[in-house]
Amino acid sequence: MTTTYIITDNVPAQQKTLGRVIIFIATILLVALFLIQILHKTNTITLGFENWRPTLYGYLLWSIALCWGILLIKGDRGQRALFVLPAFLFTIAMVIFPLIFSVYISLHDWNLSAFEGQKFNGLDNFRALLVDEYYWNSMLNMLYYLIAILFEYAIAFGLALLLNAQIVARKFFRVVFLMPLMLSPVAVSWMLGKSLMEYRFGPAATLARQLGWENPAFFSTPEIARLSIMILDAWTFIPFMMIMLLAGLQALPKEVNEAAKIDGANNWQHFWKITFPLMLPVSVTATVIRIIFKLKLADIVINVTSGGPGGATDTVTSFIFREYRDRSNVGYGTMMAVVYLIMIVILMTAFLNFLNRWMQKVT
Amino acid sequence: MKQNEYSSGVNLVVYRILIYGALLFWAFLCLFPIYWSITTSFKAAVNVMQGHLIPWIDFIPKWIGFRSLGLSPDTIFEISTVREEFLKRFFNSVITSVSASVLAVILGSLAAYGLSRFEYKLGFVKNSDISFFFLSQMILPPVVLALPFLVLYRELALLDTTIGLVMLYGLMVLPIVIWIMRDQFSTIPIELEEAGLVDGLSVWGVFLRIVLPISFPGMVAAFILCLVLTWNEYFFAALLTSADAKTLPVMVASQTGSQGINWWSMAALSTAAIAPLAIIGVFLESYIVKGLSTGAVK
Repeated sequence: MTTTYIITDNVPAQQKTLGRVIIFIATILLVALFLIQILHKTNTITLGFENWRPTLYGYLLWSIALCWGILLIKGDRGQRALFVLPAFLFTIAMVIFPLIFSVYISLHDWNLSAFEGQKFNGLDNFRALLVDEYYWNSMLNMLYYLIAILFEYAIAFGLALLLNAQIVARKFFRVVFLMPLMLSPVAVSWMLGKSLMEYRFGPAATLARQLGWENPAFFSTPEIARLSIMILDAWTFIPFMMIMLLAGLQALPKEVNEAAKIDGANNWQHFWKITFPLMLPVSVTATVIRIIFKLKLADIVINVTSGGPGGATDTVTSFIFREYRDRSNVGYGTMMAVVYLIMIVILMTAFLNFLNRWMQKVT
Repeated sequence: MKQNEYSSGVNLVVYRILIYGALLFWAFLCLFPIYWSITTSFKAAVNVMQGHLIPWIDFIPKWIGFRSLGLSPDTIFEISTVREEFLKRFFNSVITSVSASVLAVILGSLAAYGLSRFEYKLGFVKNSDISFFFLSQMILPPVVLALPFLVLYRELALLDTTIGLVMLYGLMVLPIVIWIMRDQFSTIPIELEEAGLVDGLSVWGVFLRIVLPISFPGMVAAFILCLVLTWNEYFFAALLTSADAKTLPVMVASQTGSQGINWWSMAALSTAAIAPLAIIGVFLESYIVKGLSTGAVK
């Protein structure tokens, strides 16, 4: 939604010049700071600072000068640009620069605990990665974890339907159902993973014994351990999808339901013929966002199983985390992360394109 | 006819029982772990081992867990290093998550407002491209940024500082704020703003005087969602902090690593770590629902 306000473009020439001068001076200052620091770090000159912090201040100053300058030069247009500019400059500094830097790191043999520092080794890290079984194993695990979203979705949909039914104390149930989402995954890993599912006396293990599972070890065989992690993660994130689906259900037009009642459709038919197709857009949004969050899964794995047994529960993130934690191997770890990012971007783009086309066909 | 009514009545009762049964079952699943960790913080080792569940019937609750944190009634006025450590982590978490959320809400709301109202053009870059640029950050897995940040922060002397963490968390939740606020702003009728412009306000005047008050609830919703995500964040905190800026989740996680777990103190620590958000969840639940709903339904 955009409007065409009347733009008054009567900025005095003097003001424009002032704006340009401010930006110019700030840019020179930033470049100078940067160059001095580089020369200092490479021991060409003694002048300079102990660390790069002043360069950061330089960038901050430059950003402010840029905003001010644009305001002076562009007048009304500048005022509008000022809405997006701060967030833009912030994101550029925090994402684009580190991303470029991470490509740089990934092409180096760089171990933080080693004395020599970084050494360029081209694509050696990439070659090592191609034959790294554990890395591809964690990729495969990610696939399993992603499949689990289908079940989470089904449960979340069921809960949303329950909450949308004619019930008393709806507010109470909504608050309670939302609770797991609020809890920190680290606390959840302790509360559920390490204590409720404790082998000897955790209530979940006791219950499992009574139900006839003689040896309720939730984290010692690969398949069951993976399933347990899936359940823990589902427990925290089902509310997230549930709330979105509930919002979708409540936004459905009332007439749809009434028309179906008159037609005499039973609940089951009603759901599949009417509710489910209407809910498709919301379902897709919720699932896509859930996938995005799932791709970041790490906290629970790091804290409950540390990827064990034998890497069966490892996610890519937790694997790289340990690669750094245990071996300080920044170069190789970053290469793995960069490859992961590239794969995510390619697959997500393909997936979203596919979804778009499919949605157009269905609706 | 009578037969029919009767059977539909029975059906209705069965249907009700099923619905409430399912609701209560899931409510139990949601609450039991919380109940378990609260009660465990009052249990002695023996009670834990024997799986005692109900206070005063199965076991006598004692202040054992909170005493180990220095937070029980009898230790609260004594000097306790554990309590100091805990409070330091707790306030680190508060400062980090609140500042990061404020930062993200300010930057994100401004950007979202600009993107929903004005048309920008910079070369071939248009509004949709800028929106995509911001929202695509959501896909970025933290692990890609983690190691470069580790090295960069070392060079910038930002390692183990709250400021460094705040900037990173702000970046992490910024796309979510923009996502929510863009929808919020597009529900505000544009005539209100046009009236403001006619009255001689500048675009910023309109934003601050007219738009801000109307969209405030939406901002609170975005803020709380940010708060949940940043309070619970573990990955970056574990990598980038060591002593000074360490947050509560890192403290909780570092306890589990030790060989014998102190059940009661772990339970007390977890309870304390989840309590603030649990309270927010109870009282401000409608805002969280609102935040998540705006994104879902267009």
